[in-house]
Amino acid sequence: MTNFQTPSPGLRSTYYPSFNLEWCDGCGICAEQCSFNEIRMERRGEQKIPAANRQSCGACHRCEYTCPRGAIHIEARPFHLRENSLWNSQQVHRAHLQSASGAVALTGLGADTDVPNYWDSILFNACQVTNPSIDPQREAMETITYLGTKASRLQEIKDYRNFNNSLIRLELPLVFAPMSYGSVNLNFQVALARVAQKKGLLWYTGEGGMHSNLEPFRDCAVLQVASGRFGVSPEYLDKGRAYQIKIGQGAKPGIGGHLPGEKVLEGISETRMIPLHSDAISPAPQHDIYSIEDLRLLINGIKEASGYKPVCVKIAAVHNVAAIASGIVRAGADMLYLDGYRGGSGATPSIVRDNVGIPVELALAAVDSRLREEKIRHRASIVAAGGIRNSADVMKAIALGADAVAIGTALLLACGCHVCQRCHSGKCPWGITTNDPALSERLDVDWAEERITNLVEGWHHEMQEIMGLNGIYDIGSFRGNRLILRGVGLSDRELSILGVEHAGE
Amino acid sequence: MCGIAGLINSKGKREHGNRIKRAIMLQNERGNGLGAGFAVYGAYPEYRDQYALHVMAKDSKGLKLVEEFLHRDFNIIHGQDIPVWNFKINDHPFFRIFFVDPPAPGEKGREDRFTDDDYTLDRVMEVNARVEGVFIYSSGKDIGVFKGVGTPGDIYDFFRLDDYSGHTWLAHNRFPTNTPGWWGGAHPFNLLSYSIVHNGEISSYGTNVRYLESFGYRCTMQTDSEVVAYLLDLLIRKHGLPVEDAATVLAPPYWTSVEQEEEGDKKEKLLALKLIYESAMLNGPFAVLAAFDRGMFTLTDNTKLRPMTVGQRGDYSYFASEISALYEMEEELEQVYTPRAGEPCIITFDQQDNQADPIKTAAH
Repeated sequence: MTNFQTPSPGLRSTYYPSFNLEWCDGCGICAEQCSFNEIRMERRGEQKIPAANRQSCGACHRCEYTCPRGAIHIEARPFHLRENSLWNSQQVHRAHLQSASGAVALTGLGADTDVPNYWDSILFNACQVTNPSIDPQREAMETITYLGTKASRLQEIKDYRNFNNSLIRLELPLVFAPMSYGSVNLNFQVALARVAQKKGLLWYTGEGGMHSNLEPFRDCAVLQVASGRFGVSPEYLDKGRAYQIKIGQGAKPGIGGHLPGEKVLEGISETRMIPLHSDAISPAPQHDIYSIEDLRLLINGIKEASGYKPVCVKIAAVHNVAAIASGIVRAGADMLYLDGYRGGSGATPSIVRDNVGIPVELALAAVDSRLREEKIRHRASIVAAGGIRNSADVMKAIALGADAVAIGTALLLACGCHVCQRCHSGKCPWGITTNDPALSERLDVDWAEERITNLVEGWHHEMQEIMGLNGIYDIGSFRGNRLILRGVGLSDRELSILGVEHAGE
Repeated sequence: MCGIAGLINSKGKREHGNRIKRAIMLQNERGNGLGAGFAVYGAYPEYRDQYALHVMAKDSKGLKLVEEFLHRDFNIIHGQDIPVWNFKINDHPFFRIFFVDPPAPGEKGREDRFTDDDYTLDRVMEVNARVEGVFIYSSGKDIGVFKGVGTPGDIYDFFRLDDYSGHTWLAHNRFPTNTPGWWGGAHPFNLLSYSIVHNGEISSYGTNVRYLESFGYRCTMQTDSEVVAYLLDLLIRKHGLPVEDAATVLAPPYWTSVEQEEEGDKKEKLLALKLIYESAMLNGPFAVLAAFDRGMFTLTDNTKLRPMTVGQRGDYSYFASEISALYEMEEELEQVYTPRAGEPCIITFDQQDNQADPIKTAAH
């Protein structure tokens, strides 16, 4: 009888590290660096060589970048299933994996489905002849943005100074999306906060409270009050530049956050005000908000407790988003944070991430139009988020009507992330979405700060180029200027929701 | 590229259009025959208390429709065809003028909350957006706008402007670029007492239009310049801003200049204006000459990519794209001034005490 192992469908990775053994000197760094135990060192004769088990590689590319000889590259090993457009490899793989675990399949970052990405179907205009483009290298090109409740006319303002000071000034219309202490580590948060402060932007705490090391950066921090109320205390309500009530998240509309007990280490337990190693599970709804009136109460409560700081409400983009947004603005929110279908997450059920919510492009266009129709657009700023990949996406969002744009995943990328989507594992090999001390140590705060600064500066230059080539020197004239945009290959229905004309018109 | 000319007598002395015609025709190179126009303030002394609605319609059916519409919504005091001389231009729309009074509040469906101006504006916008092929392109009291497709000389003759006189004249010579050359798209653009002529291109148009729409304005002329007239009506009439502040809103100083301002009330107000009226700001190269019931002012973009010069002698102020055109209007100017980039130049007109203000500038 042949001896064979019981097969375990699902335990196979699509990617694997391939080693050039001629170049390898057997130093073993790759095996140390791989936090998923994909690589082990084996003895071959006198030498030690790396070997891959081809079960857990997620193409994070950590080994490739840390190999001092450049002897590793990641290769794909696609599942060559019998062709089937219904049961494609992704579906089959997921069923296999779940059959192995019996659990809700978790994933990290934003939806990787092929649901249409409207940014890529929208193109910018440019000046030719009659209106000169402006050269940002030589002329003023201003991106200063103020967030908060404005007025519809000057006469409404009694005290100009109070009004001006009630708004939040950004040097460019960019903020750092909420990523909680716990889902990411303190090193990453410190780097974000430093860049936000230095560059005149905002960073958001996410739902995990604010660690005491971050207090020097409170003047540019938006502190979150989520359904779990982690870290929320009277002192907390005194510390922020602004507050964010989190109702929903693009990657998991309708459900709450989940930080596994394994990740609840000392600093996190202290900051979240929960016992060590206990699961931090935030409820799906806020249990004191069952209606729009309740939201108004919470907004007012936070305002009173915080000395009338601006309050932002974060919602996931869902079908009826325009009406919901209108209610939120009327309930007194100073900012509305719209998180779209492709928004990232540190841990989310993939079935929710991939099947719930709508793209932020459509939600943003619908909300901006609705608030204008109702003549309340000035009462709240809109921050758009969810799958913003580059400066062009940012500027398209601004032209659709956003006051500012939030980026999250792009910031992880700045620090080495290769979008392997395993943030939920707590084993991030780049040391970002992990609190394992050995892994967190990999993220040097100064280095991360520099990388993020570079990304922001690079985008800023590009945003100025896009303004300049449209003959616009102030971001205010770009905001809501949908005539700058044209759609390609979109249906009339899509164009009408986006409020954009087709190319050639 | 477009040509602009304007003159104002700050004591309200009316004159024929000879000088303005010469000044705009001197700048023929700045146009291409696809648009020209004039605005005359003080054009209809016999009906000075009525809104003078100038209607352009592509056919006589349109004229009939609009007359029915106006009968329903206004009290028409007098209506007649606008006299034209169609010798040189024979392909043109139909023109008619109606001198109307708005109904008393509560009558003809007029809501109490509307002022006369608000009501008239709302009805004008309604006609322009709803009645096909019909446009009310001039709606002020004692103000006439005459414009169309042709050279300035042709349009002047077509509308027989020798028969009109006014204390304030605007003239425009158009070189249409990004928008079609059609009769409604020629300058000046007028709304109630505000008329503007514009040289340039408004890159913020998309933002401005959506902003205006949220206040009930509807942009129907297919030309970026119309937003300037509507913005002036919104800022000055509806929001009660002084002309200086309205000018600041349209061409605000750069943020870097705001930061250099001395701390104090002036800076805080400037900041508040910039923040509240961000969407009303004009971007792109522009020189605008605007007339309103109390005077005239110019405005250019922050880098002054379009020219504007001002001259003065006695009670007269003159405006033009080119200095030569100023001298065409007045050979012996006492003062010639070229406003700096973004600097408005405001001439106010005070009928009460008949005092002429000297050239007043509000430098940022």
